Amino acid sequence: MGAFVVSALAGALGLTVYGGSEEALGRAVTGGYAGDLLSWVMGRAPGGAAWVTIMSNVNVAAVAVMADLPCVVLAEGVAPDEALQARALRENVALLGSPLGTYELCHRLHGLLTEGG
Amino acid sequence: MSELVLHYEVEGANFSAAGEASSAVKRVLSRLGLSDKVVRRASICLYEGEINMVIHASGGVIDVTVFPDRLEMVLKDTGPGIRNLEEAMREGFSTASDSVRDLGFGAGMGLPNMKKYADDITVESEVGVGTTVRMVVRLDG
Repeated sequence: MGAFVVSALAGALGLTVYGGSEEALGRAVTGGYAGDLLSWVMGRAPGGAAWVTIMSNVNVAAVAVMADLPCVVLAEGVAPDEALQARALRENVALLGSPLGTYELCHRLHGLLTEGG
Repeated sequence: MSELVLHYEVEGANFSAAGEASSAVKRVLSRLGLSDKVVRRASICLYEGEINMVIHASGGVIDVTVFPDRLEMVLKDTGPGIRNLEEAMREGFSTASDSVRDLGFGAGMGLPNMKKYADDITVESEVGVGTTVRMVVRLDG
């Protein structure tokens, strides 16, 4: 599986960038994981994964930090609340979004990471 | 060799601030040059414990001690205690409220994740008195 930096991944998948420091947008994505139950994600997501979820509250940023997930991709057109945006910026997590459903988004992410798009 | 001791107080029922202590510890551990794997394991253990304090107890205290060969993390609360520890350690078992579940918590993976990522865990709990969780993560792990 290949690796993309977050900003390149966002560009390739046409993602909305809700926020992210320069450092966060430059981090490497080496895989993906989808899930909405926070402890489930922490227990199972591999470090370096782009995390696709429809959860958009402030705790999402903390989970991404603890599990070494460089970016959160909000699927289904879900928008982050202000607290999440602020925390993600402060904690160096890139916050992205897409109108696509989780299935379609993961399909495209997988294609990008395995075949370079 | 002297140990580094970190102490944090966790506020109960404050989901906006939940994870602040774990984030702070993670930053310190990273700066100490510990391996990414060790930092990640310790961070997940701590965050799960911190969240449990926020959800179930009215906060508590966290003490992390960095020894040359291991991290020791002690999370102590004076909450309601765990009625059935065996059940609580089982994946999928949760007593969290619907409002907590709406936030994405309450999957019943908190203690199971701590057990998974710590090298050693002991839980002492008494109903009506409180709960103390002790976890060890070895630095060579």
